Amino acid sequence: MKTPITCTVNGEQQTVLADTRDTLLDLLRERIGLTGTKEGCGNGNCGTCTVLVDGAAVNACLVLALEAPGRDIITIEGLSSQGRLHPIQQALVEHGGTQCGFCTPGIVLSAKALLDGNPDPTAQDVRHAIAGNLCRCTGYDKIVEAIMTAAAAQQVGES
Amino acid sequence: MKDFAYACPAAIGDAVAAMQLDGARALAGGTDLIPQMREGRRQVARIVDLKRVPELTSISVCADGSLVLGAAASAAHVARHAVVASTYPAVAQSARLIGSLQVQNRASLGGNICNAAPSADAVPALICHQASARIAGPTGQREEALETFIRAPGKTGLAVGELLVSIVLPPVQPRSAATYLRFTPRREMDIAIAGAAAWISLDTAGKIAAARVALASVGPTPVRAVSAEQQLLGERPSRTLFEAAGHLAAADARPISDTRASADYRRSLVHVLTARVLSDCSSALSGEEIQR
Repeated sequence: MKTPITCTVNGEQQTVLADTRDTLLDLLRERIGLTGTKEGCGNGNCGTCTVLVDGAAVNACLVLALEAPGRDIITIEGLSSQGRLHPIQQALVEHGGTQCGFCTPGIVLSAKALLDGNPDPTAQDVRHAIAGNLCRCTGYDKIVEAIMTAAAAQQVGES
Repeated sequence: MKDFAYACPAAIGDAVAAMQLDGARALAGGTDLIPQMREGRRQVARIVDLKRVPELTSISVCADGSLVLGAAASAAHVARHAVVASTYPAVAQSARLIGSLQVQNRASLGGNICNAAPSADAVPALICHQASARIAGPTGQREEALETFIRAPGKTGLAVGELLVSIVLPPVQPRSAATYLRFTPRREMDIAIAGAAAWISLDTAGKIAAARVALASVGPTPVRAVSAEQQLLGERPSRTLFEAAGHLAAADARPISDTRASADYRRSLVHVLTARVLSDCSSALSGEEIQR
């Protein structure tokens, strides 16, 4: 059955017709056309589909589209502004913290959720924050370094 | 996934009414339910989303000091709650072990309980705190001890049409402490091969007046290590005592061998984990570390 869903995605209110069986991931990719959010395992183990819902990192594959009304959702498409990458994205580029890139959107959003709540994390905090994001190219060190750099840059930017 | 009806009631009465319809299933965090539905492991005709019902999502402290955890409150909410973190740290600690942060932002303690997996991380500490399950059904509310509420893997004391509303923890006693530890091959995102929670309460002379030890992943349900508990009574905390209790807890465990570990390995883990959680409880009470 089709049902209209109204929610805020990357700061813009959207109303789309969704299937009642859609997950939030389906809603974002198939109904709204934001394909930056990736599907990996589809059962909450890999974190590839991580988005922010009301500021909290969640697996979009484990949320029903029917739960989205009234929510504020941030996807990877919502981070860069005026063609400029978000500092976390920029740091990942500079540190080579991407290999095949499939896990990157999820990692960026997990990192954003971390830095939004803890602007001065330890490397251990970063590893904990991205523990639910699997990188099968296994390049975690560079990812951790990049997030630490982004955190430091953000601190300097604010002081 | 088969199509289903969806209801999002705002009051407990409406939620219970919705649960009376054929094929109704409660939705809290969905971290277990949604994959089960997608993979066709569970047929659901209607989803009753509980996250707009205040009693189900709130965490409150009663006048008598008892704590009421809404069954649909997320693990992250539980772990971050100031009273849970300061007064029931073992519960906060357990909530921080469930899946990833993404999962903790959604998964509820109620779901962890109702899923009734022997490995459920939230359960042993709650049992040590003598938690009870507050259940609502068509004829009203009732309470049942959490320890007996979990009947078998995937089976609880919930009758068809009933809802787990909250988990009630009695006020903490003076000179008491609880902790939970589990063993997983990976540090995060893993399921306990074995877990142990302990609670001890000291008398004014510093002897153990009461003790509870609850184990995860070493039986079809969480297991109370009764002989370990008895060994502790009337004794002063010491490394030797906790070692002996760990040894008895290993005998109390009823593990199986499966793909993740052998029964013998699980028993060895129970021994070590039980001695450690007891030692951690004792350290929390004395402020000093007992030599492991």
